[in-house]
Amino acid sequence: MNTQLLIQLLVNGLVVGTLYGVVAMSFVLIYKATQVVNFAQGELLLVGAWVCWWLLTKYQVPFYLGMPITLVFMFLFGIAIQIVILRPMIGEPIISVIMVTIALSTVFSALMKWMFGVNLQPFPRIFQTQNINILGLQVQTVYLMSLAVSVAMMVGMAWFFRLSKYGLAMRATAFNQQVAQSLGISVKSVFAMAWAISATVSAVAGVVVAVVNGVSAGLSAYGVKVFPAAILGGLDSVGGAVLGGIIIGLLENVAHFLDSEYLHWGNLYEIAPFYALIIILMIKPYGLFGTKDIERV
Amino acid sequence: MAGQTLIPAGDFRTSYAADTTVFPTTTSRNAMILGIVLICFAPHVVSAYVLSLLIQIGIFGIAALGLNIVVGFTGQISIGHAAFFGFGAFTSAYLSNRFGIPVFFCIPLAGVVTAAVGLIFGLPAARLKGLYLAIATLAAQYILLDFFARAEWFTGGSVPASAEPFSIFGYMLRGDKQYFYVVLAYVVVCYLLVTNLIRSRDGRALVAVRDHYLSAEIMGINLTKYRTLSFGLAAFFAGVGGALYAHYNQVVSNEGFGIDRSIIFLAMIIIGGLGSIMGTLMGTAFMVLLPESMEWLSVALRDSPIDQFLGLKNNIAFLREMAIGVIIIVFLVFEPDGLAHRWRQIKAYWKLYPFSH
Repeated sequence: MNTQLLIQLLVNGLVVGTLYGVVAMSFVLIYKATQVVNFAQGELLLVGAWVCWWLLTKYQVPFYLGMPITLVFMFLFGIAIQIVILRPMIGEPIISVIMVTIALSTVFSALMKWMFGVNLQPFPRIFQTQNINILGLQVQTVYLMSLAVSVAMMVGMAWFFRLSKYGLAMRATAFNQQVAQSLGISVKSVFAMAWAISATVSAVAGVVVAVVNGVSAGLSAYGVKVFPAAILGGLDSVGGAVLGGIIIGLLENVAHFLDSEYLHWGNLYEIAPFYALIIILMIKPYGLFGTKDIERV
Repeated sequence: MAGQTLIPAGDFRTSYAADTTVFPTTTSRNAMILGIVLICFAPHVVSAYVLSLLIQIGIFGIAALGLNIVVGFTGQISIGHAAFFGFGAFTSAYLSNRFGIPVFFCIPLAGVVTAAVGLIFGLPAARLKGLYLAIATLAAQYILLDFFARAEWFTGGSVPASAEPFSIFGYMLRGDKQYFYVVLAYVVVCYLLVTNLIRSRDGRALVAVRDHYLSAEIMGINLTKYRTLSFGLAAFFAGVGGALYAHYNQVVSNEGFGIDRSIIFLAMIIIGGLGSIMGTLMGTAFMVLLPESMEWLSVALRDSPIDQFLGLKNNIAFLREMAIGVIIIVFLVFEPDGLAHRWRQIKAYWKLYPFSH
């Protein structure tokens, strides 16, 4: 048994898993606040990463400026999507809402390919040192940064929801829209804000992935991996999404380890989350922390 | 009632038979028969390019019909339809190559095998609903695609599997012109089957599950049975469509059964109209012609300033993708009931002409 490889993969899993967690968190945020299943989450990552890449390479904007500009752009972008496309869909059947987000993801991914091409573009180097030695393990600096950024975003979200006034309004809306509205909360602006925050957080995750792996259309795969993570955690639990993301990240890498050491099936790590997804849906469809939907007649 | 040539002004139906009749008047039945007879002459009239488009409309129309059963009539969401379509294609090729079964029997057999696979993935469907089901079918899509890449004995792995040309009692059909009639026959049979299914007890049960599943259950409809059944039926038609596709192209490769194809199938039924049988065919025609019209557009705009600015020629693939996404959004926002609804409105307008109000 190759312990070195296993530990390396577990570290990978943790880093990737926290990123999944962040994306799943922003996915759950939209679902919880607006009851929309966002199939375009991966494309939000993609758009954020491309915008940042574009600023950094074409206009030579330094990173500390380019990143905030990207985030502001994504904030407005999220609001725009909600107002222009999702708002007319309020009250439509679930299939229509799902189809709209699927169509959005098609449009964005095609648009990005059109504007920036299909090839992988390396991100400008941000750190001077490539690797840091921790307890005899070579850990890439970008991985550490990714982990730190992810944890910071999770803490930020927790603070926002638990302690800020706006977070409280959002939780109230998620709990019951009509009651929230009667208490003077503007549900419209809460909806727009949910998309804005989700887009911004996704963009951060997108830039982090881009710094590690470069930017390409493949980034939107994160949007698909969100489903196993969010379902495992429970669709309406923010904390569950984070935990689900970490578990799925670890599962992927453990599958990769088993595959390369024993099974030699190839490609197992890509498909393992989907088998997990089917199994979870069969035995525990509401996930670890999701609210059970009990129907009474 | 059946002998009438025009619909009376008002609702005079007094029996269930009259209410569920396929053709309300003899004129509409004759028009349909005439339409089918006329289209039989198509291969001798239209160009090879138009003929290939017609065949594609037929093939995808059958698969989309299956999706409309599960989405439009039963109200379940399936995002993995293209994987079943692909499964049917591979199964038919495998059956004819491995066991030497004549292609004539392979196509329905492929449908049956695909239906069995659909039932396996439909089992979670029995417990799940709404978006959970959508996510489960998304997983099915990826798992089946992975299976196609992995199972070399079945699909040939990275090497495309070859599919025999269609033959009937030893007579080999060659070329699009003859294959057109095969597709046409399947389209007519499948659409008749589904039209009659929806009129039957089972069809009404499916619609009841869609409209209010709790009430349906209280009325004694077995939810598990009908949800799984609709999944199996959808997979059956996807399998038949896929098999026709395989023998049309005579090679089956891993390409073209991905999530993007599933989205196109969903687009077909949304544009045509959820829960509308003829709408399915209209939507399919729309979605087959849409990418082609992008092609025509780029040819028309060649060397114009717009072309030079956007680089249409090199980016035609992305333009098509975007057009698909944009058209879905436009239809969902402005015409959520699809082309079938528009068609009914046009008919209603002419029915009252010139005294419409």
